[in-house]
Amino acid sequence: MSGSRLAIVGHRLLQAVPSVIGIIVVTFLLTRALPGDPAAYFAGPAANEESIAQIRAQLGLDKTLPEQFWVYVVDLLAGDLGTSLTTGQEVTDDILRRLPASLELTLAALIFSIGVALPLGIMAALRENSWIDHLCRVVVTAGVSLPTFFTGLFLLYIFYYLLGLAPAPLGRLNILYLSPEPVTGLYTIDSLIAGDFDTFWASFTQLVLPAVTLGLFSLAPIARMTRAAMLQVLGGEFVRTARAAGLSRRTVVITYALRNAILPVITTLGMVFSFMLGANVLVEKVFAWPGIGSYAIEALIASDYAAVQGFVLTMAILFVILNLFIDIIYTLVDPRVGIDA
Amino acid sequence: MSPLPPTADSQPTGGRQRSAKVFWSQFVYIATGNPVTLIAFSLFLLIVTVAIFGPSLAPFDPLASDAANALQPPSWKHWFGTDNVGRDVFSRVLVATRLDLLISITAVAISFVVGGFLGMLAGYYGGWWDRLVGRMVDTIMAFPLFVLAMGIVAAAGNTVENIVYATAIINVPFYARVARAEVNVRRNAGYVLAAKLAGNSDIRVMALHVFPNALPPMMVQVSLNMGWAILNAAGLSFIGLGVQPPTAEWGIMVAEGANYIVSGEWWMAIFPGAALMLAVFTFNLMGDGLRDLVDPQRRT
Amino acid sequence: MKRRDFVKGAGGAALGASALSFLKVLPAEAAGKDSTAVVVIGDTINSLDIHRSGTSRPSYQVAVNCYDRLVAFDTKTLADGSLSYDYEKVRPELAESWTVAPDGMSITFKLKPDAKFQDGTQVTAEDVKWSLDRAVSVGGFPTVQMKAGSLEKPEQFVVVDKMTFRIDLLRKSKLTIPDLAVPVPFIINSKLAKKHATEKDPWAREYLHRNVAGSGAYSVERWNPGQQLVYTRNDNWVGGKLPGVKRVIVREVPSLSTRRALIERGDIHMSYQIPGKDAKEIKAGGKATVIGTPVENAINVLGVNFNFEPFKDPKVRQAVAFAVPYEEIFQTAAYGRGVRMWGGKSMTPETPVWPQPFPYDTNYDKAKDLLSQTAFKDGFKVPISINMGLADWQEPTALLLQEGLAKIGIETNIEKIPGAGYRTAALVEKRLPLHIDTFGGWLNYPCYYFFWSYMKGHLFNSSNYDNPAVDQLVNESLHMETSNPEYAKKVMKMFEYAWADLPRIALWQPVLEVAHRGDLEGYEYHFHRVLDARKFSIKA
Repeated sequence: MSGSRLAIVGHRLLQAVPSVIGIIVVTFLLTRALPGDPAAYFAGPAANEESIAQIRAQLGLDKTLPEQFWVYVVDLLAGDLGTSLTTGQEVTDDILRRLPASLELTLAALIFSIGVALPLGIMAALRENSWIDHLCRVVVTAGVSLPTFFTGLFLLYIFYYLLGLAPAPLGRLNILYLSPEPVTGLYTIDSLIAGDFDTFWASFTQLVLPAVTLGLFSLAPIARMTRAAMLQVLGGEFVRTARAAGLSRRTVVITYALRNAILPVITTLGMVFSFMLGANVLVEKVFAWPGIGSYAIEALIASDYAAVQGFVLTMAILFVILNLFIDIIYTLVDPRVGIDA
Repeated sequence: MSPLPPTADSQPTGGRQRSAKVFWSQFVYIATGNPVTLIAFSLFLLIVTVAIFGPSLAPFDPLASDAANALQPPSWKHWFGTDNVGRDVFSRVLVATRLDLLISITAVAISFVVGGFLGMLAGYYGGWWDRLVGRMVDTIMAFPLFVLAMGIVAAAGNTVENIVYATAIINVPFYARVARAEVNVRRNAGYVLAAKLAGNSDIRVMALHVFPNALPPMMVQVSLNMGWAILNAAGLSFIGLGVQPPTAEWGIMVAEGANYIVSGEWWMAIFPGAALMLAVFTFNLMGDGLRDLVDPQRRT
Repeated sequence: MKRRDFVKGAGGAALGASALSFLKVLPAEAAGKDSTAVVVIGDTINSLDIHRSGTSRPSYQVAVNCYDRLVAFDTKTLADGSLSYDYEKVRPELAESWTVAPDGMSITFKLKPDAKFQDGTQVTAEDVKWSLDRAVSVGGFPTVQMKAGSLEKPEQFVVVDKMTFRIDLLRKSKLTIPDLAVPVPFIINSKLAKKHATEKDPWAREYLHRNVAGSGAYSVERWNPGQQLVYTRNDNWVGGKLPGVKRVIVREVPSLSTRRALIERGDIHMSYQIPGKDAKEIKAGGKATVIGTPVENAINVLGVNFNFEPFKDPKVRQAVAFAVPYEEIFQTAAYGRGVRMWGGKSMTPETPVWPQPFPYDTNYDKAKDLLSQTAFKDGFKVPISINMGLADWQEPTALLLQEGLAKIGIETNIEKIPGAGYRTAALVEKRLPLHIDTFGGWLNYPCYYFFWSYMKGHLFNSSNYDNPAVDQLVNESLHMETSNPEYAKKVMKMFEYAWADLPRIALWQPVLEVAHRGDLEGYEYHFHRVLDARKFSIKA
């Protein structure tokens, strides 16, 4: 059994390779199409045509497109993503430094999302077509109807500016605190590992508003899928049998129904991640969160081609990995499911 | 997922499951059965009306600035107040309805047609068509959607056309996949084989017999995508990749108004934001209604 | 910083987090000498080395706060009680005195004997030579800036002895000494830098990009690119009175509204460079102190490109100048904060003061009349280009301009270009037909302003203006002393040309605004418009 599972997983990994190749090509084309001339930017404010041409040769931008692509791929394999114009650092360093911030935000948003949407979906399924069901549907749809940055600013205005409940949106940690010894790069986890509850609380409170903003949008797909899946499962034979056998409501719902309904919910996670990785950009700008998203905005506006390249590549590859992960979990959890959809 | 059994007109024109009359009574049943759906459809009608008649309903010229009256709060003269150069927010919100609706309809229409066509080819012919389309779709889907839209608009330049194209591109995979799956399932069905035997070309068979069956699930996606397209345009505006000023578009109005919330001029962002939310909300709820309409077995 | 370092620390330049663990919680309310000031800015510091190509303007503050120069501008107090640099007086910084040779062709500086770099070594003439050689050799902006003061070749810089340094001049110029006080010719610890130099990198660019090797008032304790820069006071500083705060944290917060919320709630000490609207409202609201200083030798202008066919006719340009809704723009884009630069009385200037109001104002009839006398009386189409990074004032300006021009039949559309691309398009390629721009000359002389923005082919001449008469006037006046009676005459002639030919239509003179918490003192305004924290102190 495990042998074939391994084969399935291996097969899945192989299937991801063409995607990665496609991503690399598309990213290259996109960044080369960006407006603006990085050579002129690098050459500085007082440059003339000559020095710009010099810099262009230095950066390798005077070669033909296929040549540039080859250089790009070779550099990529060596882990070199170029140097960012806006930060002056190596793009790889920039991204590695900022990725944990985005990951922490996304994870927190996911936990919030699942924590709220799952019970909502179950409740709606149990009381199908009641006013609770309709209310859930309205609330959840409302969450998905507002632009993320709008919700973020609104929450910021209410909870920080007016009520003073949320801490100042200065990023991941109040300036009074120094970041904990990095183990995972996630401040909340690292400070717990270090036993430092003050820093944990500080980093946690900074995380609340941005995570809620990001998570609000994914409430809808998760809640809906949970509801639909639960409804389907609850109408099934084995649930009726369980009920007839006199098992408690709780056992029926959670142990039997939910366990089976969870599978389709896992598939929606793929779409949820896709949204989150994209919306990261907007939330990070509002809350001055030093993640990859805010890095990308600066880079895009400045036509910082190396940074944009690095960002798009990272996000795409992250996404492919996440999807792979979901697929693998899915197959591991449910052996009935074949690979070919 | 199968439609209602065919009625009297199950001729070799095939594919037409119900007559218009049946469709309409079905529609009324769905609409009245679920109050939320009814509200959604009514709102949709309202939005479309405003989009069509917006510019003539607007009390002020949405592009006319009036520096002396900048940043006025809502009043009887200016229902939604004025913005930082004195333009009437209410007029701008009304006029923006048309643009936003156009953006979302065009983008979704393009991705529907292109995605549907590609999916149909992939599902019908299989083989390397299938592989080609599959690879293309996988590549697009490999990017987080907004990231790809950002990249395309940044590279191509931020005009309304490019925003539409970018949104269309990132939505193609949904339609392609659905079309492919539906067509694939049906391509060997009895009536299709019969039509082929009768001498219809492949194209005719695909277009008239197979594709109409694939339509229903795709229609549902349409409504959801329309809401998403508007939000996409708004997000792009926030980071500076949206429409150019002084165009009135909900997203850019919210993005610009966002800077004024902290200083207390809330009306610049809240009203377009509310309009945006209402539109997207309507599309989302309508999506549910359409799903119920199209497939009674999958009602949620 | 190599990839390994990411794993070791959250990205510190000088010290790691572990070395500061005893300071887990910085005492926020500590006042006096041990206090910490928190400043927020909207841009990014992308290098610690002003000589590096691609260094952003906000990064210049590192050169100001962490390095010294031979001389510095003195300080004066303005009418509103705030501090500003004094462009008329230069005082010693690293040099304790200097003498001009009898023939006027060289200046000899004596260095302060107690001047030490932050690593404890002494500042010598060798270091000064290495630093100035670097400034004129690296190319790009720094070298051009040095040229403005006639500092062009390493041969001009001579080490007389350990504590004596001489500059041989190519020509006598009033700009040489002030040019030594601008951020560019900073003095680097050459011994330390040379240790990190290589054959391929003789100027130690890699090292100085991420490390400070100076003698200035602050050292960089920590630099997290894209997030924050932390300065710590150098208690051995001899360049001036020691700062009153122990530490300054400069935090990068891109969102305007967030910066405003922060200063209004009093969570930070200073929000540096705020837009006119926020300045006006915060001042009225009283939650923070607002200081606005007009930027001398700077004007926000409308650039009219001579390469664009309709604009080749002077009457068309003048028509445009009469169709600008000046007051509306001033109120809407600048919120009334600035100095009006229109409404002058005559086409000939009466004083050599720059900037001064241009002799144009809003008069649509006159504009239509002028336009009707040209080949373009039926109007034409032209895009208005603005810098997206400065959209907060450029966009309302463009919108109102669009309306004004429409009244005389000129149809426009607004083109927003991202910051980096804008500089290239406007200044290097000089291809924008009608654009909004701003330039401020670092040295406060009209000839300096005209040198940069009115001379043929020069960087800030984005209008392709080409007038040999003006070029000659600039060349003659650039190095002339202002006390020379010829100077005023030449300069006023230049103004006349500027007003008649109109390659740049003045809109208003901008103001640099900062908002700070009540307990912060010591903000000083400079022409370079970056943060100078060396006089900061926090009241108890």
